[in-house]
Amino acid sequence: MDIDLMMRVYPFFLDAAWVTIQLSLLTALLGLTCGTLGAAARLSRLAVLRFLGAAYVSLFRGTPALIQLFILYFGGPQIGIQLDAFEAGVIGLGINAGAYMTETIRGAIISIDKGQREAARTLGLSQWQATYKVILPQAARLMVRPLGVNMNMLIKATALVAAISVVELTYTAQRYIGSTYKPFEMFLLAGLLYMIIIYVTGRAVAWLDRKVQIT
Amino acid sequence: MGLDFTVVPAHIDIILLGCLWTIAIAVAAAVLSFFGGIVFAVIALYGPWIIRLPFRLLEWVFMGTPLLLQLFLIYFGLVQIGIDLPAFVAGIIGLGLHFAVYNSELIQTAILSVDKGQMEAARTVGLSRGQALRKVVIPQAVRDVIPPIGNNMIALLKDSALVSVIGVSELTLSAQRAIGATYRPFEFYLVAAAFYYVINLGMEWVQRRIERRISISR
Amino acid sequence: MTDQSHFVEIRHAQKSYGTLEVLKDISLNVERGQIVAIIGPSGSGKSTLLRAINDLDSLTGGEVWLDGVQVNKDLPHRQYEKHINAMRQDIGMVFQHFNLFPHLTARENVVMAPKMLKGLSKEAADKLAEEQLEKVGMLDRIDYYPSRLSGGQKQRVAIARALAMKPKLMLFDEATSALDPELVDEVNMVMKKLAEEHMTMIIVTHEMDFAASVCDRVLFMDQGVVVEEGPPEIVFRKPTKDRTREFLRKHLAGVA
Repeated sequence: MDIDLMMRVYPFFLDAAWVTIQLSLLTALLGLTCGTLGAAARLSRLAVLRFLGAAYVSLFRGTPALIQLFILYFGGPQIGIQLDAFEAGVIGLGINAGAYMTETIRGAIISIDKGQREAARTLGLSQWQATYKVILPQAARLMVRPLGVNMNMLIKATALVAAISVVELTYTAQRYIGSTYKPFEMFLLAGLLYMIIIYVTGRAVAWLDRKVQIT
Repeated sequence: MGLDFTVVPAHIDIILLGCLWTIAIAVAAAVLSFFGGIVFAVIALYGPWIIRLPFRLLEWVFMGTPLLLQLFLIYFGLVQIGIDLPAFVAGIIGLGLHFAVYNSELIQTAILSVDKGQMEAARTVGLSRGQALRKVVIPQAVRDVIPPIGNNMIALLKDSALVSVIGVSELTLSAQRAIGATYRPFEFYLVAAAFYYVINLGMEWVQRRIERRISISR
Repeated sequence: MTDQSHFVEIRHAQKSYGTLEVLKDISLNVERGQIVAIIGPSGSGKSTLLRAINDLDSLTGGEVWLDGVQVNKDLPHRQYEKHINAMRQDIGMVFQHFNLFPHLTARENVVMAPKMLKGLSKEAADKLAEEQLEKVGMLDRIDYYPSRLSGGQKQRVAIARALAMKPKLMLFDEATSALDPELVDEVNMVMKKLAEEHMTMIIVTHEMDFAASVCDRVLFMDQGVVVEEGPPEIVFRKPTKDRTREFLRKHLAGVA
């Protein structure tokens, strides 16, 4: 193993890791937004919204994220959407993650016993009051863990933007493999940083999950 | 520039060929990941610690890093140690190993939930530990995990698009070829997405049928 | 429609799911302060009838009136929602499985709706919570979450929650059926106390001896119809219908 080489290039990997972290956070934010809207649509009283929500989930979960990214980044200009690679990465991955999060959020909401809504309604709360005072606070607690799983997948999915040349961890590893012919060392550097990011995120999710549980 | 789908038919043969490659690669990787998953699960649960520990570490690395990075390692790493495999073989190995680790997680849980009583029962009728595993425990565990493994296989199909990055001429790279000739990325990526979507729907259909059959046979 | 003269009036209630008719033309009047028990085998429609009173289950035909106002008025969706939310504030309900809000303490369970719907101040809310929980003997657990309460305690908090809205009518849907036998009494005691305070109550129950001891009137339902109705002495001691006798024989064994 070429330790010298690793010591020489690791600062570039750190910079790249920072890009991966930024990508992950922004993607998660957009994903949560899309997921919330998607879940609201899927649980709507209006059949049109339910259909749109279901179509969103099916189409974005049914096709590769890489292709979605390519359509947005390479195909976007054809329909007047001009994005730089980083923007396209965040938007493409965010919308994709949102489709998965839609199902997570919806799943948590529908798993709340229907007696809870009934009890709230019998007290005179409106549908919406029952939702935000009784259903959502309980569903939110159930969501933390599965959203953490979505987050874990999302961090790994940020590697896809290497294919549109965003200089993040995987792209950096690929470039240095090409120039140094040391695939193992470069993998080790990038892999270690990914695992640190994922580990820290996992701890944060576990902390949050403990924090929101009712004692 | 606008959209113009009339360019698609002229290149549809490349796309269809790519589609076949995607299916072939996905099937091969799926088979590898299925049997690999069983082997990994048995090693992780029953192997001697000297194998088990490094194995666990490897599992952890596979689950904690992106597939694309793993594909780079396998493709270029094999070349470095003098094994020059065609890209599609490296792609199958990469996809197969990656999902074998995920399948192994499922199978381990299933084996543990089957194991207790069944292993004891099998041993009391005189089967050795290995025989009991092969004939009694694993078949039951595998049946339990077929539905969730189905989910992994659907994920595998979609992730097979990644092998285009190491130069395997499957559906995604075929679309890129067509785009190279026509400069129509939106149209061809959309066509590729449609093909993926159809294959995906087909897999979900098969999965539902299998699930129904399993739930009936119980 | 002005001949409304009873406190609670159910007129020709009818409910069907597709071709399955679960309530077949049921009429029932309850006076202010009366306590009515509804008994019957499972699937007889007794819970459906109770849940129709506050429109948790909507009737497919017939009317429900409370204190001169029709509960299941025919209104456009938005207006109806407003109307029914207001009506439900007057109708307390207690469920078999308590349905306490697990993310709220006993206190918060009790005051959530009064705070939201009646705009109670913090002080008034605290006072209300203490008052109502005192009444059900749960004042010492006021800041406990439901997960730390026993079934009987949960149900008592659930009763306090319903009472906090100062309802005109209380509905009990098998309030003790999910409880361990040794926890049934504490809930029954609370219900008896309410009876002494002349709360109007409609109680769906399996407990014949409790029904006999607190109720003014008993309805026996089977297959969506009221088979027999009258004061408990008559229905329990001298039932006139075979179906009632048969049901009571099964359920009174060891009680009578």
